[in-house]
Amino acid sequence: MEKLINITLKVWRQRGPQEKGAFETYQLENISTESSFLEMLDVLNEKLVKERKEPVVFDHDCREGICGMCSLYINGHPHGKDQEVTTCQLHMRRFNDGDTITIEPWRSAAFPVIRDLMVDRSAFDKIMQAGGYTSVNTGGIPDANAIPIPKPVADEAMDAASCIGCGACVAACKNGSAMLFVSAKVSQLALLPQGKVEAAKRVKAMIAKMDELGFGNCTNTGACEAECPKAVSISNIARLNREFICAKLKD
Amino acid sequence: MWLTSSSVGRKLIMSISGLFLIMFLAFHMSMNLVAIVSSEAYNAVCGFLGSNWYAVAGTAVLAAGVFVHFAYAIMLTLQNRKARGEQRYAVSENQKSVEWSSQNMFVLGAIVIIGLAIHLSHFWAHMMLPELVGSEELLLTADGTTYAPTDGAGLISYTFKNPINVVLYVIWLVALWFHLTHGMWSAIQTIGWNNKIWMCRWKLISNIFATVVCFGFMAVVVYGYFA
Repeated sequence: MEKLINITLKVWRQRGPQEKGAFETYQLENISTESSFLEMLDVLNEKLVKERKEPVVFDHDCREGICGMCSLYINGHPHGKDQEVTTCQLHMRRFNDGDTITIEPWRSAAFPVIRDLMVDRSAFDKIMQAGGYTSVNTGGIPDANAIPIPKPVADEAMDAASCIGCGACVAACKNGSAMLFVSAKVSQLALLPQGKVEAAKRVKAMIAKMDELGFGNCTNTGACEAECPKAVSISNIARLNREFICAKLKD
Repeated sequence: MWLTSSSVGRKLIMSISGLFLIMFLAFHMSMNLVAIVSSEAYNAVCGFLGSNWYAVAGTAVLAAGVFVHFAYAIMLTLQNRKARGEQRYAVSENQKSVEWSSQNMFVLGAIVIIGLAIHLSHFWAHMMLPELVGSEELLLTADGTTYAPTDGAGLISYTFKNPINVVLYVIWLVALWFHLTHGMWSAIQTIGWNNKIWMCRWKLISNIFATVVCFGFMAVVVYGYFA
């Protein structure tokens, strides 16, 4: 049932990458519990525009949990406390009247703040460009039964491929490590016959790029898996380690 | 060299050195249990190890293992703090599945190292060290008794008669327990010997192993206190 709640927002405001940021506090009244978290921020921005103030900058695009653009650290959790949802799938019914909600950008040396709550996640694109693809020509669309793939393997590749590259793993990690993202991107290809061909080259190139961009060293805390909106498993990280160590030993 | 220049390589060094130290702990704990069964048998083990070449070589390899593990822990922790960035979260919470020990491995490891230093001063300094430097001096305690370098059982009852030492060793072993519960399965994960099915198995094996090892050590401390 729809309810109207009053909330207090503590939002990180920062004018640019080099500027010093600080929290600003805003009061919002009569927010519908049926609105999504981002719709609530839209209400805040409309209010700020009417008051002739700068609206809060935040990333968002599809608003249905598949594009990986939304990226808010809400009350101490990337994408909020709920598991397996992105910020855009988080709803105001999860909050109570009178709550104070703290909203911060992803904080990691490899994800510098562009403005307010928007961070530069192009480091992920650079890792993908380093090797997150297949360059073998697969021709036209082959018959599905031409290359038999066991169902558990296909499922595992599909689970890894569900990563949307939002960066919540890096945001949640006390080490600022990108291992969950890289492991998902390596696994989705390394598990399948077409991807296996370049698996060794791919894993070496992607890990090298990841290290170069200043991501941290994984210590297996599992915070990434717990906060991942797509519940990508850290068993992928074991596969990434295995692929990398085997590739290096073969050199 | 990929072992030192890549993040996975550096983690592999942590993993292998950690597993090596885990195996030593299992050996040391089994050896200690002999002291509960028979003092003579334990002293025979101490005499067998003593300062013979294989015991000295083993100690040197162990010291190297501890040094590598600790040096890389410092290096990785510093790199990770840098990767995290200067600006910290104002509000930060963990999901329930995140082990407390996994977030505090460095602090736990530091406690283990301090405990190790205390432990070496209690035992190694009166057992292998005097034989190594050829000192004939025996440990003379306040009550006038002396302990020969091979009298391990005597040293155990002398050390743990002091309740302060018992408390220190219990704190040390609890820290070690937390360190091992995460460290063991994490080492296996870093090598890559893990998947969705083995994840919970390795975690269970680590918990059992850490409990057995720490209780084994603690049994000797408690035995020494009451003996």
